[in-house]
Amino acid sequence: MSENKDILLDIKDLSVQFNTDSGVVKAVNHLNLRLERGKSLGFVGETGAGKTTTALSILQLIQTPPGEITSGEILFNGVDVRRMTEAEKRHLRGGDISMIFQDPMTSLNPIMTVEEQIMEMVSLHLNLKGEAARERAIEMLRLVGIRPERAKDFPHQFSGGMRQRVVIAIALACRPQLIIADEPTTALDVTIQAQVLELIKKLQQSEKTSMLLITHDLGIVAETCDSVAIMYGGHLVEYSGIKELYTHPKHPYTQGLFNAVPTLESPLGSRLAVIPGLPPDPTNLPKGCSFSPRCPYAKDICHERACGMRELEPGHFVDCHFPLTPESGNAFLERPSKEAE
Amino acid sequence: MKNNSMLKYTMIRLRRNYLALFGLFILVVLIVCAVFADQLAPFGYAQQDYMMIRKAPSAVHWLGTDEFGRDILSRLIYGSRISLQVGLIAVSISLVVGGLIGAVSGYFGGKLDNVLMRLMDIQMAIPTILMAIVISSVLGPGLFNLMVAVGITYIPKFARLTRASVLSLKDQEFIEAARAMGASHTRIICLYILPNCAAPLIVQSTLSVANAILFAATLSFLGLGIQPPYPEWGGMLSAARPYLRNSAYMSIFPGLAIMFTILSLNFLGDGLRDALDPKQKR
Amino acid sequence: MSDNLIEIKHLKKYFNVSSGLLHAVDDVSLNIPRGKTLGLVGESGCGKSTLGRVIIGLLKASGGEVFFNGEDSLKFDGAKRSEFRRHAQIVFQDPFSSLNPRMSVSQLISEPLIINGICRSRKELDDKVGELMDLVGLASRLTTSFPHELDGGRRQRIGIARALALDPEFIVLDEPVSALDVCIQAQVLNLLADLREQRGYTYLFISHNLSVVRYVSDEVAVMYLGNVVEKADNSTLFKSPLHPYTQALLSAVPIASVGPKKQRIILEGDVPSPVNPPAGCRFAGRCWQHEEICMCQTPPLVEVEPGHFVACHRLKNQAACHA
Repeated sequence: MSENKDILLDIKDLSVQFNTDSGVVKAVNHLNLRLERGKSLGFVGETGAGKTTTALSILQLIQTPPGEITSGEILFNGVDVRRMTEAEKRHLRGGDISMIFQDPMTSLNPIMTVEEQIMEMVSLHLNLKGEAARERAIEMLRLVGIRPERAKDFPHQFSGGMRQRVVIAIALACRPQLIIADEPTTALDVTIQAQVLELIKKLQQSEKTSMLLITHDLGIVAETCDSVAIMYGGHLVEYSGIKELYTHPKHPYTQGLFNAVPTLESPLGSRLAVIPGLPPDPTNLPKGCSFSPRCPYAKDICHERACGMRELEPGHFVDCHFPLTPESGNAFLERPSKEAE
Repeated sequence: MKNNSMLKYTMIRLRRNYLALFGLFILVVLIVCAVFADQLAPFGYAQQDYMMIRKAPSAVHWLGTDEFGRDILSRLIYGSRISLQVGLIAVSISLVVGGLIGAVSGYFGGKLDNVLMRLMDIQMAIPTILMAIVISSVLGPGLFNLMVAVGITYIPKFARLTRASVLSLKDQEFIEAARAMGASHTRIICLYILPNCAAPLIVQSTLSVANAILFAATLSFLGLGIQPPYPEWGGMLSAARPYLRNSAYMSIFPGLAIMFTILSLNFLGDGLRDALDPKQKR
Repeated sequence: MSDNLIEIKHLKKYFNVSSGLLHAVDDVSLNIPRGKTLGLVGESGCGKSTLGRVIIGLLKASGGEVFFNGEDSLKFDGAKRSEFRRHAQIVFQDPFSSLNPRMSVSQLISEPLIINGICRSRKELDDKVGELMDLVGLASRLTTSFPHELDGGRRQRIGIARALALDPEFIVLDEPVSALDVCIQAQVLNLLADLREQRGYTYLFISHNLSVVRYVSDEVAVMYLGNVVEKADNSTLFKSPLHPYTQALLSAVPIASVGPKKQRIILEGDVPSPVNPPAGCRFAGRCWQHEEICMCQTPPLVEVEPGHFVACHRLKNQAACHA
C-alpha cells in the first residue's frame, strides 16, 4: 500500500509491564498507534498513564528487569525495533530517533561544554570529527537561537529555557526522523515556554521531522500538533486529528479532562467539573474499561469488558461502548463537584 | 495501596540479597555464641591442661589447644562475646556523641558549625592507632577502656555523616512547615531531622562495628586493652605468633573468626545500604 | 477597623549572595481584603514565594511593614508571634517534600495542635484530627498511613488540613496545585473554594499558572523581578491588562481550542538576574514599548483606573493626561 511509505512509526499491540515488589505494574496495554512522516502527534495523559513508558519502549530504553515488553511490534520505517541488534539500536537512538526530556538540568552533562555535547552526538552518529563537528555544533546552536560565543559555556551557566534549547540542538544535531519530546516545557516559565514551543514548531516544519510530543497540557497540543492520542490507565482511549478532538471529543475521559482544567476563557465564577475518584492502580486494573469506575456514563457492560478501539469517523478512533455525541451533554458538569471519598 | 512500613519494605528488599543474608546468618551465629557461651563451649576459656599443650585439632579439642593447653574452640566462643561487646558499645558511643555533634553542627551552622567541624578535623588528622594507644594508656587496661578508646576514634566519622544528612534535610519544605507551626529547635532536630537521617547512620554503624572489632583485635595484638587470660581474638593471634611454624592452627582459627565476622558485617552493611536506598529501582 | 486583613507597605527582602545583593522583594505594597482571595502571579524568580514567606514570618523582612488587623506583624516577638501563628498559616507547593516522611497522617495533622498546646487530652486531639481529615476529604482509614503510600492529591490535603488545624484567618497558598495532575488539581481547587465559602478564610494564592489564578482569585497582582507591576480585580486584569508584561504573560498561555490563532507576543531574551538590578524599570530591557525614562527611573505603582494599579511610565503619563 502506498500509504505505508508515509507511516514512520507504527506501534502494534504494544504491552509493557514492570515486575515490582508490590505486584505487576501494567504500564501499557495493547497500544496501537501510528505516526506519519513529517507530522506531530500529541500524546496526552496524566501521570502513570503510560506515555513515558511508551516513549522509552520505542527507543528500547526500558530497563529489563524489572520492565518487560510482553507483546507487540514497534515498526520504525517498517523495521521492528525489538528485533534490532544492540549496535543497530544504538545507531537508532540519537541518530534516527532523538529524545528530549523534561528536566534540562539533569539531561545535560554538567562537566561538558554545550559545544562538546553536540560534537559528541555528531561524531557518534554522523562520523564528523574535529573542525567539521565543531562547525555543525555552532550551526545547531545558531538554529536554536544561541549565539556562537556561548558555545564553550557549561550547562549551569545557562537559564532553564536556554538549557532546553541546548537539549533541542543536541536532539536535532543528527537530523533525526523522529523526535520524542517528553514534557519539554513543563519545567519552564510560561513566557519561556512560549519561546521554546515556537522554536520547536518552527524547526519541526523546516527540518520536516516527525514529533511525538508527550504532555498533560491540552493547550500545548492544540498549538503544536496535528493529531492527538489520549492515554488513560495504560490504554489508548481516543485518537484523532486536532480539530475533531477539540470540537467533538468522543471519549468521556477526554470530556472530563477538558472540563477539569481552568482556562483563560472559561466563564468567571463557574465551577470546575471534577472527575471523581483517582486514576486506577496499575497493579490492579479494573475489569472491563479502565475508566469505567469513574465514568458518569458507564453502564453494566462497561464494567464487564473493554470495547477496543473503533474508528467512528475517518481518522477518529475511540475505545468506548458509548462514545459521546453532541446530544450526550456533559455529565461532569451535572455531578456534585465536591470530592467525597 | 499496601500498608508497608519502611521496616517491612527494607526486609523484603534485603531478603533478595544473598550475601547480606549470609552476613546476617553469621551475625546471628555470633550472637548465639556470645549469649550462650557457657552452654556451648566444651571447656572453660581459662581452663588449662598441661597434658595437652599445643595439641593439633582432635576429636576432643576440635580446634586444638594453645600454649597453655586451653581449648581454642572454647576461647573463640567466649571471644565472640568480647568482640561483639566491643563492637556494639564502641559504635554506640561514637553514634550518640558523633551524631549529636553532627546534628547540632549541621542544624545551627555558623560559628558553632565551624568550631565543631574544625575540632573533628583536628581529631581526624591524628592517626587512629596512635590516638587509641594514647587514650588506652591514659585510661589504663581493661575491656571498657578499650571500648571507649575505639569509640572515640570513630566520633568524627559519625559527626560528618550526620552533619551531611542534616544539611541536606534542613532546607526541605517539611522543616519549614514545622517552623511555620512554631516547633522549637529541639523538636525539629529530634522528631524531624534525626529520624530521617537514620538510613545512612544505620549502614555506617554496621560497617563501623566490623571496623571496631578489627581495631580492637589490632590493639590487643599490640598488647593494649584486653589482658590475658581473657580470650580476645586479636590477643590470641598475637600470642600465637611464636608458634606460627609448628602450630599454625593457633593463628588460623582466630584469624578465620575475625575474617568471617568482618565479612559478614560488611555484607550486611552493604545489603542494608542497598535496601534502604530509596532511589534504587524496585 | 478597615476591611483589609493584611496591609503590606513597602516590603523589602534582600539576600546577601556571593555576587552581590539579591533583591527578591523590592518595595512591594499590597492590600488583602478580609475574606477575599488575592492571586499573586509571576514567573520563577519574581519573588512571589519569598513575599508569601515573609508575610507568614518564615523569613525576616529587610524593610517595610506588614499590618495584620492593624498591627505590624513584623515587630511581633515571643508570645505575640505564637499568637500570630494561630491566625496565619501556609500551604506549601510540593506534596512530596512538605510532609515529614516519618510521620503518619494523624501525627502530621496533630503536630500544630501539639506544638501550640491546643488540645488537653489524647481523645480531644484524636477527635480534632478526625474532624480535620473529614473537612478536607481524607478517609479515616488513612490515619495510620504514611506520606509515601499516598498520591499527590491526598498528600496536599494533609498539608491543607495541617494549615487549618489552628483555625487561622489568613492562609498563604504557595503553588498548592502546581505539582498535581490536572484532575486532582480540580478536586483540590474545589476543596479550597468550598472551605473559603464555609469558613470565610482570606487567601493569598501564589501561582505561576494564570488560568488557575483566574479561577480562584478576586483580585490579582502580577509580579516581575521583585516588583508588583500590575494589580486589578480579576475580570479587569484578564480582560484588559495594561502593563506590557501582563500582556505578554497572558498571550503566552497556550489555548486548548482550535480556531484562528491569536497573535502571540513572544518576549525576547531571558529574565535578568535579581542580583544588583539596574536602575529604572526592571522590564525595560524586554519591553517593546520602552522609552528613555524607563531605563533610568523605576515607575511607581499608580492607580490609573479605580482599583486598577499599574507600574509603567507610559501609562502613568496617559493617566495624567486624562486626569
